Amino acid sequence: MNADLLVPVVRETALVRCNPVAKLAAGAVLAVAVVLSIDVVSAAVMLGLVVLMLPLTGLDLAMLVKRLWFLPLAALMAGWGTALLSQKTGTVIVDAGPLLLTSDSLTMGAAVALRALALALPAVMLIATIDPTDLADSLIQHLRLPATFVLAALAAARLVTLFIAEWQTLAQARRARGVAGGNVFARVGGFFQTSFALLVQAIRRGTRLAMAMEGRGFGAQNRTWARISTFHPRDGVLLAGAIIAAAVTIGAAVAAGTWNFIFTIGS
Amino acid sequence: MAAATGGVDVLARGFGWRHSGRKRAAVSDIDLRIEAGERVLLLGSSGAGKSTLLHAIAGVLPAESGYRTGELLVGGRPPDPTSGTTGLVLQDPDAQVVLARLGDDVCFGMENTGVDPAVMPARARAALATVGLDLPWDHPTSALSGGQKQRLALAGVLAMAPGLMVLDEPTANIDPAAVPEVCQAVLDAQAASGATLLIVEHRVDIWAEHVDRIIVLGETGLVADGSPAAVLHDPALRGTLAAAGVWLPGAALPQPRTPQPAGAVLLEADGLAVARARRGPVAVSDLSIDLAEGQALALVGHNGAGKSTTALTLGSLLPARAGRVRATDRLLDLGRGAPRHSDPHRWPAADLVARIGTVFQEPEHQFLTTTVADELRLGPRQAGCPQAETEARVAELLERLRLTRLAGAHPHTLSGGEKRRLSVACMMATRPPVLIIDEPTFGQDANTWRELAALSCELLDAGTALLTVSHDAEFLQVIAAERMVFGRGQAVRA
Amino acid sequence: MSDVQTRHTDSEPNPTPAGVPATMRWRVVDIVVASVLAVAIGIVFWAWSNSWETISAPFQALYPPTKGLLTGVWVLGGVLGGLIIRKPGAALYVEVLAAIVSAVPGNYFGLMVIVSGLIQGFGAELIFAALRYRRYTLIATLLAGLGAGLSLAIGENILYNAAWTFEHKALYTVFAGISGMVLAGLVSWFALKAIARTGALGAFASGRSAREV
Ligand SMILES: Nc1ncnc2c1ncn2[C@@H]1O[C@H](COP(=O)(O)OP(=O)(O)OP(=O)(O)O)[C@@H](O)[C@H]1O
Ligand SMILES: Nc1ncnc2c1ncn2[C@@H]1O[C@H](COP(=O)(O)OP(=O)(O)OP(=O)(O)O)[C@@H](O)[C@H]1O
Ligand SMILES: [Mg+2]
Ligand SMILES: [Mg+2]
Repeated sequence: MNADLLVPVVRETALVRCNPVAKLAAGAVLAVAVVLSIDVVSAAVMLGLVVLMLPLTGLDLAMLVKRLWFLPLAALMAGWGTALLSQKTGTVIVDAGPLLLTSDSLTMGAAVALRALALALPAVMLIATIDPTDLADSLIQHLRLPATFVLAALAAARLVTLFIAEWQTLAQARRARGVAGGNVFARVGGFFQTSFALLVQAIRRGTRLAMAMEGRGFGAQNRTWARISTFHPRDGVLLAGAIIAAAVTIGAAVAAGTWNFIFTIGS
Repeated sequence: MAAATGGVDVLARGFGWRHSGRKRAAVSDIDLRIEAGERVLLLGSSGAGKSTLLHAIAGVLPAESGYRTGELLVGGRPPDPTSGTTGLVLQDPDAQVVLARLGDDVCFGMENTGVDPAVMPARARAALATVGLDLPWDHPTSALSGGQKQRLALAGVLAMAPGLMVLDEPTANIDPAAVPEVCQAVLDAQAASGATLLIVEHRVDIWAEHVDRIIVLGETGLVADGSPAAVLHDPALRGTLAAAGVWLPGAALPQPRTPQPAGAVLLEADGLAVARARRGPVAVSDLSIDLAEGQALALVGHNGAGKSTTALTLGSLLPARAGRVRATDRLLDLGRGAPRHSDPHRWPAADLVARIGTVFQEPEHQFLTTTVADELRLGPRQAGCPQAETEARVAELLERLRLTRLAGAHPHTLSGGEKRRLSVACMMATRPPVLIIDEPTFGQDANTWRELAALSCELLDAGTALLTVSHDAEFLQVIAAERMVFGRGQAVRA
Repeated sequence: MSDVQTRHTDSEPNPTPAGVPATMRWRVVDIVVASVLAVAIGIVFWAWSNSWETISAPFQALYPPTKGLLTGVWVLGGVLGGLIIRKPGAALYVEVLAAIVSAVPGNYFGLMVIVSGLIQGFGAELIFAALRYRRYTLIATLLAGLGAGLSLAIGENILYNAAWTFEHKALYTVFAGISGMVLAGLVSWFALKAIARTGALGAFASGRSAREV
């Protein structure tokens, strides 16, 4: 969608060429497998499998680290929160007034942190390799989502790039009109003004875009497609791979006796 | 629906439309019958309601956005864009790119109207070729110049081959060398499908000999309607048409300015290379420009040659890729504030606005306030102009550019030509020593055009250095501008 | 034909009460502007999720369920979307699309944002639906914010805070409800007023401008 936001794909691998809907399905299988249980083993196994698969995505790995350094940090914070709040059973490890950490609460915290990463990473890998136009075609042609909504969303998604450009244009305009810069307060105020101006501009752009789309017959009944979205055997392989990974993950946790079904915890 | 289904007719009876937020109707009392397959040129002064009427006919005016009177029928029914019979090119090229890849965008209209996918790529490529957009299928639509966007929008509608083709100033941003070609492409498409063709364009001579009929929109209703010969050469109509800002064939241009000997140099650049994006391709390299007091310099050349990119770089709004833009001591000494650096890129905004004013090619991009009058006041105020002086300048510009009636309107709700005038007036109100204007005259009728030309001449005579990017040869002739021709990544003085 | 004619000579195209669209069907402009709005809010979500750890750190250190006081921002899409577009499903659509957009550059909710978006949009949608998509007063907006905040909390409690004990979950829910009411409800209300004043919502029942020039 935007070269400055996404991790760039540097090699056209088989995974990159998979149908976007197949990629989403695979991602969903992995996400469900991770979400169903909160335990160290399943989260760690999934994370391990995902990291092993990274080279298959053709992503620029150095860039991946550079763009997503905040993810591990966020996961740690989530884990810390859980360690503080979950059931204080097991042996006491830290007891400093209000701060009480037990072996069970720490394990739970570690599980949540690993789980957050195991959820985030596959999504990043998938999204970075999906072209929005191909995704829209596939969603309409295979999942039968309403074409008008998907195409409007696609046209709007294109505006993300435009918004970023427009942010720069607005900054240029503020400079050209002599209202940019100033002290910290002026700058913060300018930031909010620019954001609001951008939102208003977005709505106007949307209204005009709707005119332009209608002006080219958008919304008519018998629509046809210039691009035909197809499935390939590799899409089956991808999905099978995801199901195996999910099974291995859950299987490992059950075998280790740590499987901890989400709807039975805490209640 | 597909090609060669022939045209549809348009019928208006007492039709009128008032935009919400406005006291005056944009169009009123329209009684009109356009036959299927007719080619019609719609004229009228800037703000007369031409675009509004086109939008209504194309059926893209949302019912909630205003108040309608009378009735309007297209092919015997209320206009309905989803019927797939109408193809519309909007006035603003920037607003109508739908998809991310060039080829996909051209196919969008064909897909909507149910064209057989097997023939789409060929039709899309043919349409791109006829509008002269020679770029790869996968070219990102976000990286197009103003004129290239206009060609793209046109290609999308030509490929659709609709029964009613509605074009709002389709050649306003296209370089003059390509206009006849683009014009012919439209006429060929019309001839092939027998579509009804409805065009708005201020430059009458482009279309006059190719259309069956000319309609002139006045304050209320139509003031002229007939064959080109009957309308343009009827002595009884001359006064009416002149009042409506129609460019009458053979009407004399204003007297060209006598250039004064140039004064001190204000801005200079040497070995300059310009580019849109930090890592993107270089648009033009090895540019040498110097701009002196009272000098008019015009950047001309084909669409996508890099004129706007150069203008933005000289205005210190884009960083130079190579070389440097330098302000001379003379420019540093002028105006309020005292920038220490000779590179305008490092000046604070307040120092910049007092010295170099830049008008963007897309007027909408530079509006920051909520009313026309405030927009005009903003610049002088930022540059430290006294209150009374500011008000006087604002009032004069409003009057001369026919915006007085709209002083309280939101800038974004103006018509295309009104927006252009406002954006130019904003910078003129500030009176910086260096003025850079990208396409100052597009979308103007003959009257507002004359006023813009007169204002530019006055500024030049008062010593302003004026750099314009323009496809408008007459304007450049009247302001007696030196030309710099862009092409193939280079620019040479003509 | 005569039916068509009478409809089209009508100079008041909006016979329904002020602020209520003439039709419950989605027009193209509804779909496109809802999508654009979702994209813009998605960018806000993305920025918010990036600074989330920094902003919520003091709350986390003090008492983690108080983080609920900040979650109102996550339900802004549904409330503002429903309030501007005023069509059935608008709140849900805008919230879900915004959530998806926010995941595109990568955040630690992964694909689960779609589920979260559905849950959070549902809360606001439910309130607008209960009012039959005909009431868009300040109270209605605050209620929508409250509904969205509560449903967010319930979803989070199941998906992310599962390990917390019941009291913590209950308090988190209360905080999130308040936050939804203020950060999504009140903010949307004022945002709508400000946007309508610029005349940008001319094509919508929510934004017919009163001032005429
Ligand atoms: N969305 C809008 N809201 C309010 N007023 C509008 C809107 N669009 C146009 N107008 C006003 O309606 C009048 C007619 O505008 P329109 O765009 O139809 O003019 P036009 O003849 O196409 O002019 P131009 O040649 O400058 O493009 C103008 O006074 C304009 O300010
Ligand atoms: N926003 C942008 N991002 C990236 N590339 C762009 C952008 N705008 C224009 N370009 C590309 O940069 C080149 C120079 O564009 P520029 O806008 O300077 O052309 P121009 O001479 O002003 O053309 P026109 O007469 O059509 O306005 C073009 O080839 C165009 O494709
Ligand atoms: Mg117009
Ligand atoms: Mg240009």
